[in-house]
Amino acid sequence: MAKHATPKLDQLESGPWPSFVSDIKWEAENRAKNADKVNYQIPVDCPADLLGVLELSYNDGETHWKHGGIVGVFGYGGGVIGRYCDQPQAFPGVAHFHTVRVNQPAAKYYSSEFLRQICDLWDMRGSGLTNMHGSTGDIVLLGTQTAQLEEIFFELTHKYNTDLGGSGSNLRTPESCLGTSRCEYACYDTQDVCYQLTLDYQDELHRPAFPYKFKFKFDGCPNGCVAAIARSDFSVIGTWKDDIKIDQAAVKGYVGGEFAPNAGAHSGRDWGKFDIQAEVVDLCPTKCMKWDGSKLSINNRECTRCMHCINTMPRALHIGDERGASILVGAKAPVLDGAQMGSLLVPFIEVNQPYDEIKEVIEKIWDWWMEDGKNRERLGETIRRLSFQRLLEVTEIAPQAVHVKEPRHNPYIFWKEEEVPGGFDRDIEAYRTRHQR
Amino acid sequence: MNEEQQIVVDFLTGKTGKSKFYFNDFLPLFPGKGPRDVKKILTSLVNAEKLEFWSSGSTTMYGLKGAGKPDTDA
Repeated sequence: MAKHATPKLDQLESGPWPSFVSDIKWEAENRAKNADKVNYQIPVDCPADLLGVLELSYNDGETHWKHGGIVGVFGYGGGVIGRYCDQPQAFPGVAHFHTVRVNQPAAKYYSSEFLRQICDLWDMRGSGLTNMHGSTGDIVLLGTQTAQLEEIFFELTHKYNTDLGGSGSNLRTPESCLGTSRCEYACYDTQDVCYQLTLDYQDELHRPAFPYKFKFKFDGCPNGCVAAIARSDFSVIGTWKDDIKIDQAAVKGYVGGEFAPNAGAHSGRDWGKFDIQAEVVDLCPTKCMKWDGSKLSINNRECTRCMHCINTMPRALHIGDERGASILVGAKAPVLDGAQMGSLLVPFIEVNQPYDEIKEVIEKIWDWWMEDGKNRERLGETIRRLSFQRLLEVTEIAPQAVHVKEPRHNPYIFWKEEEVPGGFDRDIEAYRTRHQR
Repeated sequence: MNEEQQIVVDFLTGKTGKSKFYFNDFLPLFPGKGPRDVKKILTSLVNAEKLEFWSSGSTTMYGLKGAGKPDTDA
């Protein structure tokens, strides 16, 4: 028998998709039975009360959560997000319902042992409810009480060799794709740079001093499996300088039907015979490819790394050998001022340990944004307010044609007085001798 | 408490009606110093348990420990 009647939530279970309501009910029953004899440190009916308060919110048409607070672990300014219920007498199991963010392993490579440990910890000291994973990539442990936080932190750091993630005005937990560990498109070792920068910027991760959140993401290639270009203030996206490598015999293999395009990924229905002209060449966004019936050619200068041809014919086409990354900045979700994609700042940078070149760019951006950014202003908004030109000045990067989005849209080159011989002052009399009024 | 820490504490105790402040609010207290140096002063005060963080989850603020509305009034 459920603790609270939840007719509105029950309705949510009737749709075609898996329901979070069913999951929470399952956990509520599971905790009530306690077959594993867990020594619960927070109320056993926490998931049941969570359903109850949610039903109440649906009935009232308003939230019964109070967000934020001083909850956290000693010395850390992030990693824990406080949440309290404003009806604690009716729902004591969720009187406190704090979220704990845990730094996920690079590229989310887990051992089953680690996952069991995290789940056991959260069954005992939390609600048992998790979100794998949050949008930034962290392991999100939902619902615990203030007294448990230091205990959880101790176990995570001392027994499970991990750490809290980022929240608040901090560097958020850096995230990377699988990179060279499994992917032939990876242009650099994303996991290594993600791990190294997580270690190097511990202070920025845990002690808040930014105007707002700041996110790094590392994509090994422009396929963007962690969507760095759309979701991070500082996106490092793998690219190459030289030409796409073409195996002409393999191209013919695709054309002749010997190899399935897209490695067979779209084989669920009959799309007909592979048509290289229609499915690859004509879809090239810069029209830089040509197929003459026996040879595929690419004008690499025009390639914008859309990856479509490589994804379609992975046996025949391969990323170049001079590999590195592009750095884009300023992407954000649409909370204030609208969503923004990243803007290209560094067209090509080598990505080699100890990653000093990348860190130099990061730290120049931080120094500027920490000083000139307004409270609750993301880097992308600061750039819009103060200009991309200003960002180029503070990062000491010379303007290039590739920085210009389109002609007349964002001219980054403005003369300064000290750069003009004689400055901006002119002898008007001398001018008038040459130019009539 | 050293002189720099005292400047921060005096600033906070001198304020009425507001108990939590953005990091940027502390920068004008130290005109010659950059944000990283100011951060070190604030961190030392947090470690000495004079200041505490307040976080909404998306934004973080600093305040004197125990100042303002109690946090556990759930």
